[in-house]
Amino acid sequence: MSSNEITVKIDGKECKSVEGEYILNVARANDIFIPAICYLTRCSPTLACRICLVEADGKRVYACNAKVKDGMEVTVTNEEILQERRAIMEVYDVNHPLQCGVCDQSGECELQNYTLELAVDSQSYAIPDTIRQNKNWSDVLHYDAGLCIVCERCVTVCKDMIGDSAIKTGPRGGEALPKDLKDTMPKDAYAMWNKLQKSIIVPSNGTDFTDCSDCGECTAVCPVGALVSRDFVYKSNAWELKRIPATCAHCSSGCQIYYETKHTSISDPTEKIYRVTNEWNYVSLCGAGRFGYDFENRVQGKDEEAFALAIKAFETAQSIKFNSAITNEEAFMLQRLKEKLGVKLINHDAKAFKDFLTSYAKASGKGLYGGDLKEVMKSDFVISVGASLRNDNPNARYAFNHVQKMNKGAGLYFHPVGDTLVSTFGKSVEIFTHQVGQEELALYLILDLFADKERLDDEIKEYLASFHRHEKRIIKEKIMEEVSQSVTDKETGETKEVIKKVPKTIEKEIEVEVNGLVEMLGGNDAFYENFEKMKSKKESFSLIIGEDLYYHPHLHNLSRLVALIEEVCGMTLVMIPPRTNSLGVAMICDLDEEESGYVIGYNEHGHFRLGSRGFSKLDIPALNQQEGTFTNINKRVVPTNAALDYHGYELNDILNALGIGMRQTIDFTPQLGRIEGFKSQNFDDLPNGYTNAGEELRGYALEVVEVNKEEIKVVKFNESIVINEGEIAYRCNPQRQFNDFTDRSSQINEEFGAYVSPNKAKELGEEIEVIFEQGQSFKLKVIVDDRMQGDIIAIPDYKSYQNVYGVFGRDRYKKVTIKKV
Amino acid sequence: MSLEKYKDRNIGNQNYKLIGHEAFPQTNGEKFERVMKRMVKGELFVGLWVTVRTMFEALFKGQMHTTKYPFEKLPISPRYRAIHEMLRLLESGHYRCIGCGLCEQICISDCIRMDTRYDENQRKEVSEYTINFGRCIFCGYCAEVCPELAIVHGPRYETSSEQRASFSLFEDMLTPIDALKHQKEYPGFGAVSPNADENIKKTPLAY
Repeated sequence: MSSNEITVKIDGKECKSVEGEYILNVARANDIFIPAICYLTRCSPTLACRICLVEADGKRVYACNAKVKDGMEVTVTNEEILQERRAIMEVYDVNHPLQCGVCDQSGECELQNYTLELAVDSQSYAIPDTIRQNKNWSDVLHYDAGLCIVCERCVTVCKDMIGDSAIKTGPRGGEALPKDLKDTMPKDAYAMWNKLQKSIIVPSNGTDFTDCSDCGECTAVCPVGALVSRDFVYKSNAWELKRIPATCAHCSSGCQIYYETKHTSISDPTEKIYRVTNEWNYVSLCGAGRFGYDFENRVQGKDEEAFALAIKAFETAQSIKFNSAITNEEAFMLQRLKEKLGVKLINHDAKAFKDFLTSYAKASGKGLYGGDLKEVMKSDFVISVGASLRNDNPNARYAFNHVQKMNKGAGLYFHPVGDTLVSTFGKSVEIFTHQVGQEELALYLILDLFADKERLDDEIKEYLASFHRHEKRIIKEKIMEEVSQSVTDKETGETKEVIKKVPKTIEKEIEVEVNGLVEMLGGNDAFYENFEKMKSKKESFSLIIGEDLYYHPHLHNLSRLVALIEEVCGMTLVMIPPRTNSLGVAMICDLDEEESGYVIGYNEHGHFRLGSRGFSKLDIPALNQQEGTFTNINKRVVPTNAALDYHGYELNDILNALGIGMRQTIDFTPQLGRIEGFKSQNFDDLPNGYTNAGEELRGYALEVVEVNKEEIKVVKFNESIVINEGEIAYRCNPQRQFNDFTDRSSQINEEFGAYVSPNKAKELGEEIEVIFEQGQSFKLKVIVDDRMQGDIIAIPDYKSYQNVYGVFGRDRYKKVTIKKV
Repeated sequence: MSLEKYKDRNIGNQNYKLIGHEAFPQTNGEKFERVMKRMVKGELFVGLWVTVRTMFEALFKGQMHTTKYPFEKLPISPRYRAIHEMLRLLESGHYRCIGCGLCEQICISDCIRMDTRYDENQRKEVSEYTINFGRCIFCGYCAEVCPELAIVHGPRYETSSEQRASFSLFEDMLTPIDALKHQKEYPGFGAVSPNADENIKKTPLAY
């Protein structure tokens, strides 16, 4: 994208923008109102509603898909356009039920708003209605076709952002429009109605049910009440709900969300979260964020006895074990406890991530990775290594998909577990299902493909060249052969010689360059040819790396390779922190390797357990009952607010009892400034929202600190760590499950079990026992994940009491023995 | 205009006229005479006659006009705003309330609450509805805003109770199903105006 600054005039107001931006987006960024229903800011224009009609330099264009040019003059409204828009709104109102009173949109309805905005007070069109049934598409999606205006926003977001493409437009079976209307009606209104009358939204797999990740983003973008989450149908009016801006607590994306609360019922005045909404123009949620909200820990009051025990436990404790589903403030408090009491801090996920980051920092000279997901979304070539994109971080997956759909981009996906979804993101996506342990090879391949060879060491150049060889191959080629035929003309009886071209397949021997790396990684033969096409005309490249690399025996070498790639390939680099706040914890806490002695489990296993799950000895608030900040994947410190009140004790009370606390937990927020990269800002000064131009005003961005760069060489790949035989278990959560909180949420029902590909499931039967080398075993139900491929079994780690992290230790893949039960 | 007329402030010269009256009694005898004269005038009974007649009619002819409250009550204007009633649809007997929540929202003393849910017939069901009459100020906004004329003000104006807060549930206010035939269309506060038809534009239908 060129960044040439240009100026356009919209309704007389001078607006600065860049070339290639849509008129609508420029107008929105400059607070000029252009009506638009079907357009979604980050998605491709649908052109379904046609209401954003404007006049640009005297020509009628649609603001959502017309790009601005320097010096352009745009008129938003004139009499003709207004007539057109009014006719469009009248058409939308034809046969739309008038029971606004029971509709779940309850006034937050764009159909209602624009009907009033354009002062439609009478109806001039009519057509017989068709029967349209209410449908439940999945456990969470409810579609009321009667209310649907077929703006296709749901279809667009599902395709362009989410990547599931689970819904499409299907036949409506409506009557054809009266013929005479074509001449009498405004042109655009007629075209829009013609399309509307023919379509309705249906699941794209041909059944009555969607096969998707249940993210519910379609319900968020629906301008009317047609798509609602099943749990929310007829529960509450929007105006009764109190919106609390917060940050999603489930994965490292740290998306901005609103918890919407109201009293539970007439007889129960306690506040309850009814739904989660988001700024869908600027952020897309996953199913966990949208539906995993009722994980609060309700306690009756302060349990003084348990508190006294807890204080005693802290005084005797030698280790505190915790996971990264905590706020920065809690992490800071734990660090304070370590300084004061000399306890060890144990955190599996953050420790692995921290080791990787430290090693990366030494190699790159930067304290943190260079990019964020927003930059990834702007790139046109994206590579993912070592992340189960579908499960580890939904936003990384959305970014990967977005690059394919919106930037005409290409992608490479390296992962030992095959995935059938990623390949559907775009035509230029190449999947490498490599063997476990070959991650280094993948990075070497990236170096080979993208690096500026001039900047590489001779040693590496030689090493890379050693994989290349020339081979003779016989290929089949189609050529057009000229064949002369004699043809007799039937009418005249003359015989003519006609030369015809006939396709013919011939075999040809050619010499091809074979890249051994591609072969070793299980890439297909055609890759090299395809790759040239994929890489051509691409300008910006990005690399997403995931948890597999942090839990790798050669993590130090990997981190150096990653740093090298970032430097010599000019790639935007993003690392997916394994859990919600792993990045924050890794930066704030001084973590230890092994636990010892008396262990306090903070939301984890331990001799004395503090937790928000109810079976702990001392209750602490859940993340929707706490104020604080998270450090997310985009290197931002983002605030979250308490949606529900909490009457028990929290960590700060313990610190206070030990004499090192503050008045409130958020008093620790400015203290974070003591840590390099963080700022000393009061919690109440942290913003949490987006501007009309889509600029993220949430908390503050971490400063990337420069560290001393050490000259460390990358080493060659060593095959000994490759696991290529026997059964392999992979520590990976199902979609929508991330931690104990999602587990507790009533609408997230992915079970704890062994997730396998459909083929593997046939082999395994219904239940298996997975036995690890050290002797631990799990009895697990076999659950089919349609989108998995291959033989690797995924074992979830979201239930902390199952201690899956402990069993896997510093690996993400383990050799196991499987017994059928 | 000359202002002389107004500037003449010598009011002593105006022409007052004295009304003639009897001379005041001077002696005790004269005083007694005047008292007796006034007392025994027959005009007293001219006035009392109406009272006597009505008393006679009430006692002996059965034309008593007193309302024996609380055993009897006077009919009240339809625009009077007393305890709420929930009406039913005359055709089906189903309650009219659609659970839109407008009354709950408009209520300025925040005394209405409702719970709704998605029922088996894919309709919005009002699972519970309550008004806190201890707080209600009978402003009538709920009846006025109701799009279905489901909540209306009835004629029950006795609102005293033993408790400060007195709640009413949906069932209490709903027309009993056996009394449906006696349910009257509500003409009061918030009802459709008699000329409503003239004020709307009709939506064309294609059937």
